[in-house]
Amino acid sequence: MTAKKKVAAITANVACAYAMKQIDPDVVPAYPITPQTTIMEEFSNYVADGAVNTRLMRVESEHSAMSAAIGASAAGARVMTATSSQGLALMWEMLYIASALRLPIVMQNVNRALSAPINIHCDHSDSMGARDAGWIQLFSENAQEAYDNTIQAVKIAEDMRVRLPVMVLYDGFIVSHAIDRVELLDDEVVKDFIGDFKPVYSLLDVDNPVTVGPFDSLNGYYFEFKRMQEEVMRRAKSVIIKVGEEFMKVSGRSYGLFETYQIEDAEYVLVLLGSAAGTARVAVDNLRQQGIRIGLLKLRVFRPFPFEEIAKALNSAKIVAVLDRSISPGSQGGPVFQEVCSALYSFDCSPVIVNYIYGLGGREIELAHFFKVVSDLEDLSEKRSKESFVRYLNLRE
Amino acid sequence: MKWDVRRIREWKFYEHPQGATILEAGNSLYYQTGSWRTFRPVWIGEKCTHCLYCFIFCPDAAVKVSKEKIAGFDYEHCKGCGICATECPREAIEMVEEQRESDR
Repeated sequence: MTAKKKVAAITANVACAYAMKQIDPDVVPAYPITPQTTIMEEFSNYVADGAVNTRLMRVESEHSAMSAAIGASAAGARVMTATSSQGLALMWEMLYIASALRLPIVMQNVNRALSAPINIHCDHSDSMGARDAGWIQLFSENAQEAYDNTIQAVKIAEDMRVRLPVMVLYDGFIVSHAIDRVELLDDEVVKDFIGDFKPVYSLLDVDNPVTVGPFDSLNGYYFEFKRMQEEVMRRAKSVIIKVGEEFMKVSGRSYGLFETYQIEDAEYVLVLLGSAAGTARVAVDNLRQQGIRIGLLKLRVFRPFPFEEIAKALNSAKIVAVLDRSISPGSQGGPVFQEVCSALYSFDCSPVIVNYIYGLGGREIELAHFFKVVSDLEDLSEKRSKESFVRYLNLRE
Repeated sequence: MKWDVRRIREWKFYEHPQGATILEAGNSLYYQTGSWRTFRPVWIGEKCTHCLYCFIFCPDAAVKVSKEKIAGFDYEHCKGCGICATECPREAIEMVEEQRESDR
């Protein structure tokens, strides 16, 4: 650990641009979109000042940004980019190609709602839609976590057992544009932590020519490759834990698959991800003072989803309330709810589990809304109801 | 590591090179891609001046050359695109429809 702590009052976007400066990627293809734009604005200053060796490519769309990222990564470069919302949606087909070609690209996606109606504020619909694209997804509660996750993402993506792209996620405006206290690592510490980039195969290695992205027809091996991707994603879990432990040694800040707060004896457990965890923690403190045994489980790693660990952590709770900041029309609840249900069912766990959809398009979530959730849970508990439900927080209904 | 793609049919899902990357140049030698063909080029020796245009234009290196002279086609890899017949200045290559075994 460094002797003196370097602390700054900066937004998450500025913190992530600073992390990128310290990482000094070879290539950054980018296209602006709110609320991501200020990452690249800030980073382009570093490029202009010669503070990095990065080739910054200003492309004509996010589809091109991800395409260029894939090309550069296949050529053997360390590549980063960033996007949000519609930009991520426009990258769609390229996201699957990046992961299937096993290219360790790191990208911040600053979570923002998807149109229509057009809305620039936070929800998780953009990255939740990309949950099957084969990218590792790390959620961050605040600017510190966004900065820390960006640095760890590079090491996770480039680990030889993984070689998968990683999305670093944090809430648009709430985190991206809010000034926060961020502890920054020294450049040398970051450099040592991530190490040099080692390409597995490089299109520029003329002595070892390779074909990247070949056609794979009927009677081919597509199924095998998809199964391999799934296997690697599973394996990534232990690498994420290991990188978290190593990061603890250089930063003093600990990262796992998820974070628990007051769940040891909790009857009720709230499960969520992103910035609302801060409010939830205060709600838990408040309710604990009233004698209500409540706890919080904040997810960090959504892909690979830590099924077994979550089932274990929630097994002794009576009622679990999962809060989703995205909506999946026609499904039984939001994506986090579905995964948690699946975890509890697969491991034969007993808690009743309910779902709340909240915060779409930047809709506020305040302490009162958490208190409402808990009074619902107390009702359920009194009625001894085993029935699951999906409800909406702070919706005009 | 050496990848012997001739055994690829037997590879388990975890035995493939990552990212579906092909690590060996020229391994199409092991695949008989000529089965795609509907028209086959037939060389007419008496018209041929051995200018080697067909050899130069063939996208699949399926024109065989021996001692700077045309020595026929590699029908295991020729896909029947007909570029050789189109480019031949002497009309010394004819594209003939492939027939089913039963029609022969």
